[in-house]
Amino acid sequence: MLKRTPLFAAHQRAGGKLIEFGGWEMPVQYSTITDEHLCVRRAAGIFDISHMGEVIVRGPAAAAFLNVTLTNDVRKLTVGLGQYTLMCHEHGGVIDDLYAYRLGAEEYLLIINASRIEPDVAWLQERLGAFPQQADVTLANLSDHTAAVAIQGPKTPGLLDQLFPAASTGGTSVAKPSGLKKNQIAQFAFDGQPVCVARTGYSGEDGFEVITPATLIEAVWDKALNLGHQFCLQRCGLGARDTLRTEVCYPLYGHELDENTTPIEAGVGFFVALDKGEFVGRAVLADQKANGTKKKLVAFKMTDKAPPPRPHYAIWAGGQKVGDVTSGTQSPSLNCGIGMGYVPPECAVIGGKIEIEIRGRRFAAEVVKKPIYKKTA
Amino acid sequence: MSTQAPADLKYAKSHEWLRVAGDVATVGITDHAQHELADVVFVELPALGRALKAGEACAVVESVKTASDIYAPASGTVVEVNKALEANPALVNSAPYGDGWFFKLKLDNPSESGALLTADTYRAQITGA
Repeated sequence: MLKRTPLFAAHQRAGGKLIEFGGWEMPVQYSTITDEHLCVRRAAGIFDISHMGEVIVRGPAAAAFLNVTLTNDVRKLTVGLGQYTLMCHEHGGVIDDLYAYRLGAEEYLLIINASRIEPDVAWLQERLGAFPQQADVTLANLSDHTAAVAIQGPKTPGLLDQLFPAASTGGTSVAKPSGLKKNQIAQFAFDGQPVCVARTGYSGEDGFEVITPATLIEAVWDKALNLGHQFCLQRCGLGARDTLRTEVCYPLYGHELDENTTPIEAGVGFFVALDKGEFVGRAVLADQKANGTKKKLVAFKMTDKAPPPRPHYAIWAGGQKVGDVTSGTQSPSLNCGIGMGYVPPECAVIGGKIEIEIRGRRFAAEVVKKPIYKKTA
Repeated sequence: MSTQAPADLKYAKSHEWLRVAGDVATVGITDHAQHELADVVFVELPALGRALKAGEACAVVESVKTASDIYAPASGTVVEVNKALEANPALVNSAPYGDGWFFKLKLDNPSESGALLTADTYRAQITGA
């Protein structure tokens, strides 16, 4: 039985085309992926991301626990600030990539991938069991009672200010949501209840993520859509979410990241704070950073007319198969095939010629700098 | 739901249509199929002269989300393909029964198409689904 978010009925009423994603029944599109994608690039789109997981880590030793469990340095977080980070095995393989927000002096919110809620929570509990100050840390998995929407696009600051018109009540102190800077989070009142608003997203555009109790999300969704007319706000599905993040080369767990791939191989070493002291996976990640890796994630563009590249297609270079595509699609912004995939370091050269095998034929592609799509002012 | 299905065509359960004129038939995908696929960005057509068996995968239509096989609705030899789809695959969306046709088949057995669905039966299939 597939899981459904509190917005499931709203998606059905709106004519969303529903598909299975990581055990969840989610809308892939309402109009077309291209239409929704371009709407986010030009104006505003709203996505149901209630399937994602939320874990609260609290207590006097919460920061110390997170700093030995996650790759980034949580000591950089002041109250009301978040960071992208990863959770790795001892061998460096990624258990999940996530966002960690500091909600209070001793309180952190982790936003984790929907398909990884169970392994993540099990891992966190196991690590906490081995943590010397475990009595000073509590873990709470709020995923079943928490919902979220992402509101993304250049027109969203004005919309958020109408959606939450009063000053923040917690986290970063701002007069209105548009006062938040990238990666900041604050609480705002909605129908008299506190909701979290973070200036983050997965689209490569300016935007916000709104995290609420499950019972409140439909009211937020409806009000955003009502207010959203003047901002050209459209409902968007997971299809556009995927093409948007692929254009800007954000990794997706299960595609670019998995338990056999390290953050260094995936090109997200910036979020691995080797200088912060010991943490799970540090030895392997430090070695890879110093001595290199056997595979590297590259971004590529199709250079000739070709079918869109797709995950699992073979990558060829110099007459031999050198890797596999992890994500691929037709770029709605660039109107050509784009993708990412792992290749040996000698093939990971910007401008390098590669080929993508599609149904037995090889099509020319070129390794390009990440992100594949960059906004022009 | 998109249910446009002209009465003069024959339909396969797998959402292809067939327009028979003598022993040559034009093949495309239905309005319902193009609507389900949404933004078509690439069409791979069969080679000229290829002999197809009814039900055989013979073309691929790619939307942003996915690649889908297209099946031959009848047996025959490919005698023409719609070159316009190379430059403008979106014709499949805008004119599925017109300029968005895929290929023409010289039918092995023109009476075989009688086994395909009528417009009414096809419409019942997609609305009942």
